Amino acid sequence: MTDQTDRTVEQHTYDVVVIGAGGAGLRAAIEARLQGKRVAIISKSLFGKAHTVMAEGGCAAAMGNANPNDNWQVHYRDTMRGGKFLNNWRMAELHAKEAPERVWELETYGALFDRTKDGKISQRNFGGHTYPRLAHVGDRTGLELIRTLQQKIVSLQQDDHKVTGDYQSHLRVFHECTITELFTTDGRVAGCFGYFRNDGRFVRFDAPAIVMATGGVGKSYQVTSNSWEYTGDGHALALRAGATLINMEFLQFHPTGMVWPPSVKGILVTESVRGDGGVLRNSEGKRFMFEYVPDVFKEQYATTEEEADRWYTDPDNNRRPPELLPRDEVARAINSEVKAGRGSPHGGVFLDIASRLKPEEILKRLPSMHHQFKELADVDITKEPMEVGPTCHYVMGGIEVDPDTGMSSVPGLFAAGECSGGMHGSNRLGGNSLSDLLVFGRRCGLGASEYADGLGALPEVRSGDVEAAIERALLPFSSATDGGENPFVVQLELQKTMHELVGIIRKADEMEMALKKLEDIAARTRTVSVEGHREFNPGWHLALDLRNMLLVSLCVGKAALERQESRGGHTRDDFPVMDSDWRHVLLVCRGLGEDDVELTRKEQIPMRPELFDLFELDELKKYYTGEELGGHRAGQGERA
Amino acid sequence: MSHWHHFRVWRGDADGGELVDYPVEVNEGEVVLDIIHRLQQTEAGDLAVRWNCKAGKCGSCSAEINGRPRLMCMTRMSTFADDEVITVTPLRTFPVIRDLVTDVEYNYVKAREVPAFAPPAGVAPGEYRMQQVDVERSQEFRKCIECYLCQNTCHAVRDHEENKAAFSGPRYLMRIAELDMHPLDAADRRDLAQEDHGLGYCNITKCCTEVCPEHIKITDNAIIPLKERVVDRKYDPIVWLGNKLFRR
Amino acid sequence: MSSTTDIADQRAAGRARIAARTLRTDRWWLPPLLNLVGLGAWVIYATVRAFMQEWYFVAEYNYLTPFYSPCVSYGCVEQAAHFGRFVPDVPWLPYALISLPFLLLFRLTCYYYRKAYYRAFWGSPPACAVAEPHGKYTGETRFPLILQNLHRYFFYIAALISIINTYDAILAFIKADGSFGLGLGNIILVANVVLLWAYTVSCHSCRSIVGGRLNHFSRHPVRYKAWTFVTKLNGKHMQLAWTTLASLAITDAYIMCVSAGWIPDLRIVG
Repeated sequence: MTDQTDRTVEQHTYDVVVIGAGGAGLRAAIEARLQGKRVAIISKSLFGKAHTVMAEGGCAAAMGNANPNDNWQVHYRDTMRGGKFLNNWRMAELHAKEAPERVWELETYGALFDRTKDGKISQRNFGGHTYPRLAHVGDRTGLELIRTLQQKIVSLQQDDHKVTGDYQSHLRVFHECTITELFTTDGRVAGCFGYFRNDGRFVRFDAPAIVMATGGVGKSYQVTSNSWEYTGDGHALALRAGATLINMEFLQFHPTGMVWPPSVKGILVTESVRGDGGVLRNSEGKRFMFEYVPDVFKEQYATTEEEADRWYTDPDNNRRPPELLPRDEVARAINSEVKAGRGSPHGGVFLDIASRLKPEEILKRLPSMHHQFKELADVDITKEPMEVGPTCHYVMGGIEVDPDTGMSSVPGLFAAGECSGGMHGSNRLGGNSLSDLLVFGRRCGLGASEYADGLGALPEVRSGDVEAAIERALLPFSSATDGGENPFVVQLELQKTMHELVGIIRKADEMEMALKKLEDIAARTRTVSVEGHREFNPGWHLALDLRNMLLVSLCVGKAALERQESRGGHTRDDFPVMDSDWRHVLLVCRGLGEDDVELTRKEQIPMRPELFDLFELDELKKYYTGEELGGHRAGQGERA
Repeated sequence: MSHWHHFRVWRGDADGGELVDYPVEVNEGEVVLDIIHRLQQTEAGDLAVRWNCKAGKCGSCSAEINGRPRLMCMTRMSTFADDEVITVTPLRTFPVIRDLVTDVEYNYVKAREVPAFAPPAGVAPGEYRMQQVDVERSQEFRKCIECYLCQNTCHAVRDHEENKAAFSGPRYLMRIAELDMHPLDAADRRDLAQEDHGLGYCNITKCCTEVCPEHIKITDNAIIPLKERVVDRKYDPIVWLGNKLFRR
Repeated sequence: MSSTTDIADQRAAGRARIAARTLRTDRWWLPPLLNLVGLGAWVIYATVRAFMQEWYFVAEYNYLTPFYSPCVSYGCVEQAAHFGRFVPDVPWLPYALISLPFLLLFRLTCYYYRKAYYRAFWGSPPACAVAEPHGKYTGETRFPLILQNLHRYFFYIAALISIINTYDAILAFIKADGSFGLGLGNIILVANVVLLWAYTVSCHSCRSIVGGRLNHFSRHPVRYKAWTFVTKLNGKHMQLAWTTLASLAITDAYIMCVSAGWIPDLRIVG
């Protein structure tokens, strides 16, 4: 048993340390190991339990198996459109180009995707994607991905075992381990510090390169599809280490989360339900989505139920059903219906697949949704509609990185997956997260390895930093004697504040109030106290996670207040339209100590001409200011 | 719509422990994990429990509820009578860390000992062709969320700690079956199943199938077919004779 | 039930020390008890009948009980011995000496019955998450239980015997005088044979042989179809295992009753 005041620190040295064992982390670790590095993977939960398992729909990659017209350019265009052209275009380009290779690679690791008739990987339709593009396994694609990567890690360990006699000699997973501090020396990454959740003992990893793959920030919200792990650790650790975050105002509220029973409120109902024919109805039985097609999408979406229904069987000659609009549009529509009093009994709307597909078909295509509703809500989705409503699902914002290597502004600190920012712009398309984490997970593994290779002397961890980290980690125990608050209470307050004041629809005065409240919560976070021991003590764990949640909430709040327009995952009641002058502006957060952040503006780098020319001028006009359009091929053609 | 329930939760660690009684409020629609969380937030702030997704997809919150191995997040309170005492204990087969959290390392050790997928020679990434009917069997096994309830309930190790060395448990026999049935896996895994992973320890009493929250037919679809494949190789007199004669 | 050694083991392994053998609150002991009673009763009945050496044949209607088929003892009624007589007529040898042992072995090594009797007779385990009362367990890794792996060979033989049973059931439509006849006995015999086939074909070994052993169903469409069919039946293997025990006992008991003259056969034709 670890004594509360025990200051012993276990020490490990690695070439590359990956924090987070979801898809991005595992893919990064695989790549770094393939590059010959000694790699540690650190995971807050057990190995193989990462939140990636929750991804249902699939992994977007323009393989063209279902529709040969698909290619990276189309995927690129869809991604940029989905993100309302605020995306880091280089990331979107790399993503669209490399996703197919990353998916095919998974097959060589043993993944078993659903197949087309000619034996290729089957691809399904999803919101915002022009063609069926999502490689999938029923509705448990995330599980397949995580298991495949996990098994690839094991396979690499088996290779090492043949040489060294030790499975863990070059690639080791430290699970149930939380990192609380990053160490930098002379501005470069030197290592990190944390504790093992099971017995509370401290551990430090000395490493020149650290890859952040910690996922999102959803736990700062009351209703979320995210698990307890999603406390924004990577975001906050990077801020405290001196890195910058971008796009933090953009949060994706998934339109369809469960709304009942209360204990599972927020848990995701996959978009494939709609992709496979499910429709949204209000309490009057009306398919209301037709009313909510925004002007920019008018041409791509059906205007009548008949046309929408024909699309499922004949997508080439009909326009898509509006249920498949990008997630932010659908979430806002549901929100409006509920506010107008046309919601379902538990405050959502109805998602109906029962009247659209035969029971056998539903069971075959959506087995885990059937299972989830049956077991958790006692609802049989082959007979009854589901009740669904928006849930905080994904943060588009994250650590600002170099697109090609994944390195942040702090040398040696890399980031991939949800905790990195830029790729998805103001809104992520469904299916783009799994491909994102494969593409950039690999690039980070590569980037980190190259960085480690190019480094002369290794930065040394300063002992004073270690002492300070120990001190901070033990603070909640010493606060106990000063009568600090229960961390659970402070967490609830934080979640409530963010949910009510910086939620789907935002207003300046509400966000100002939120920032005031966060100031108060910051003071309380410093003094939360816990009792008992360090072995698997949930109170202590939360006390330390809380400061991360606070820091990212501050970023979200400040950036959301600053951006005076509505775009993607950021909707302002007081600035309801998209403003081209804001498109090229990125809001950048920097940490100021443990619990404050400063916000600055930064210009987005203009898109490379040949990428710009992939779009028609008419479309770009909806997003770009006049002077920005000068470089387009259409404009130049006129001049020539 | 709330009422009070009598919970008994095992509290302790490897040095000892006991069932502790808690009266606790239960609301409509809740599951056992909600109640455990309520205890954490009220009278048992340091109650250790492992959980993650709360939707039966990650397989973290395995425990024994009224003696039956189950996921806490998938056990609805409405399945109990109002006056029923609900006993929650940690998985018995693994060493306990604290309260409801056990050390499941055994499973990771066994996972490492199953040789990984052997890619077919000469087939480039992107060139893999497999028919849906050929992948469906292995896909069923890949639904596994690794909750280890099958590993916990299998009497071969639950009641016989000493068998852990020789027996990998249903989860990993199923993994071998998955790879053996993979249409493109290049390895033969039959000898290894029996000799290294203790396939013979299974006496097909089907408790693994009974407790599987994913309803995978572990025994009928994975273990028995694997046993039959081993029979093909090891107990078929013609194969045996051929091996003897030609010393393959 | 929990002994002190169990607790010592738990401690050594660092497991949670819970003294109770199980904390299950349901009637977990009921299914193994029912299996014990059911299987026990059937075994007693079958043993008594196998050695009875009378009331196994209704000469008039050509009804032969499956318990005496094929009837190969010199003690058999000549009409009942469809496959000749070559086994000495002694009280300790059943008349169906060449089939009964294999049928017994087929069922004894059956994957379903194994589950049932390991649980009910040997308590290994009595029910899921209920500790078994044995200090040591080696499963089917060594002699004699390793011989359970021979199930498929008993399956082949059982399939042959099912053909004989089918032949018997067909012959029973021809009365002793050579004319066609149909009675309740015929219906019972045919129903029994159909069920026996269903049980035999639904066998796990059969499922593996017809297709389960293949890794590429797509290249063997006929075998895939066969496998799909057997898989469906295999899902009912337990039900079929019990139904055939019942149908065998009913068929035998009916023929015994008619043969002994306790009841007349209910005739429909002839």
